Amino acid sequence: MSEYVEHTQDSVSVGLVEKKYFTFAEPPHAMVLESGTRIGPLTVAYETYGALAPDRRNAVLVLHALSGDSHVAGVYTPQDEKPGWWDCMVGPGKGIDTDRYFVVCSNIIGSCMGSTGPAGTNPATGKAYGLEFPVVTIGDMVAAQKALVDHLGIEQLLCVVGGSIGGMQVLEWCVRYPQTVFSAIPLATTMRHSALAIAFNEVARQSIMADPHWNHGDYYGGPKPALGLAVARMIGHITYLSDESMRLKFGRRLQDKSDFSFNFDADFQVESYLRYQGRKFVDRFDANSFLYITKAADYFDLGQQHGNGSDVQACSKARAKFLVISFTSDWLYPTYQARSIVTALKKCGRDVSFCEIEAQWGHDAFLIPGARLKSLIHGFLQRVHDEFAA
Amino acid sequence: MMNSPHSSIRYDLQIIASWIEPGSRVLDLGCGEGDLLQHLITQKRAVGTGIEHNEERVARCIEKGLSVLQGDINREILDYPQNAFDYVILSQTLQQVYAPAALIRHMLYAGRRGIVSFPNFSHWRLRLQLLLTGCAPVSRQLPYQWHDTPNIRVITLKDFRKFTEAVDLRVLKEAAINTNSQDRYGRITRLLPNLRATYGIYMIATQ
Repeated sequence: MSEYVEHTQDSVSVGLVEKKYFTFAEPPHAMVLESGTRIGPLTVAYETYGALAPDRRNAVLVLHALSGDSHVAGVYTPQDEKPGWWDCMVGPGKGIDTDRYFVVCSNIIGSCMGSTGPAGTNPATGKAYGLEFPVVTIGDMVAAQKALVDHLGIEQLLCVVGGSIGGMQVLEWCVRYPQTVFSAIPLATTMRHSALAIAFNEVARQSIMADPHWNHGDYYGGPKPALGLAVARMIGHITYLSDESMRLKFGRRLQDKSDFSFNFDADFQVESYLRYQGRKFVDRFDANSFLYITKAADYFDLGQQHGNGSDVQACSKARAKFLVISFTSDWLYPTYQARSIVTALKKCGRDVSFCEIEAQWGHDAFLIPGARLKSLIHGFLQRVHDEFAA
Repeated sequence: MMNSPHSSIRYDLQIIASWIEPGSRVLDLGCGEGDLLQHLITQKRAVGTGIEHNEERVARCIEKGLSVLQGDINREILDYPQNAFDYVILSQTLQQVYAPAALIRHMLYAGRRGIVSFPNFSHWRLRLQLLLTGCAPVSRQLPYQWHDTPNIRVITLKDFRKFTEAVDLRVLKEAAINTNSQDRYGRITRLLPNLRATYGIYMIATQ
């Protein structure tokens, strides 16, 4: 989930892309959230790549994780050095080939990258929502995406694909709108957070809320809870890596020095790296959005919400063909959690493929360029595209 | 029965494929790189799924557009509803299974029929090797030394027949085959199969 870490632009790219906006649920047609609260209007920021086929059977919806956005691939200007967060996967001839597929990605509601979230303006007060913003769920995010997909005139999606919290949205799509999803690729994800994952999220939230600048979420127009958010991001980063990747990347190496400083400066490279990641994140992300999105992820429980406590019952609502993928060193969403998705799908007779990719990069492995992930997604999409056309 | 020289899959797999009715639902346990599955899907319009332990081979299968999942066959067979498949295939793997009776029972829960094949340990060359050299036989079908072999079960055609009676299985079809050195071509062995066949293939069901 450390989108935009160290991506360099590929020589092959979708090129210039544009962020667009779709506003819906204008009162009195406000959207009713899972909590029962009504909200409207809602704006969803989105981008599209490639062309929708005349039969409209080549649409692939990409779903982003905690800190991602609608900018999956390409650049906004010719001078833009930073391509989208999954530029290695989405583009001409890539795993998700934009010469063949019409790719859509939207920013989740509750986020701060163009879609309505706590930093947006509350029409009732004319001020930023802050904590007045209602708690949204993974289901609510997906409902907003469905409104966008309808708006784009796509009756059925060839595939929904996403990792981590994006993978939760993939699963939610499959059971909430079974007729709309022909195939699905949940990556490095789970049907529910473990206590371990909730614990890390809670520590991160506490860090934000303990920052005096947080001010119960009312900080827009004043200083931001930058320290709290930076520490929250540092905690997150640890969970996205792995023991092995941290050993290889940092070990116990010191940062720009040959001996300990004997004070509390960043001595070790790993400290320096985390501080840098924390600082960088503050510039582009809203602390309240972090609270809302992590809460939505913690609340997510596919079996509880769609199957009366039964994963099998929940999965039996899905009609999609699945490709489930996990990574060996992912300790945030370990392989056993992916396997329980596979087991539930098998028990209700769904078509499911599964591969556990050997990777040392922890949870972040799904964002890192790799031949294996690319060829799996490429092969699976080609197959379902043929089957969808038939 | 000689096979056509243009067939791309191994002779034993051609025999298995010839037993499967068009449009069947098939599960291939230990599907390797998916040769049999792909053949069944393209030639028999089968709906096929495979289970394979090795990540590389699983990836090959998925890249080809097959529906395959990575895992241990003994564990993965347990999740399917009763009769989810018309055929559950265990091709040349029985000799590597720790608990064959349990696995076959689970196969015949998930599928209406099972197809099992294995190298015949009582082929005359193997018998002769043991008799003349006093060493554990090594052959093209069983190419390992005793200490590095994945084959932990020594099975003969006769033993498998006895086993089916002991665990109350019906044998619906059987073929004893003799294959050439690349396993591409072969023939059915009718005369003295337990002595002359390199492989046995059986279609089984519960009583």
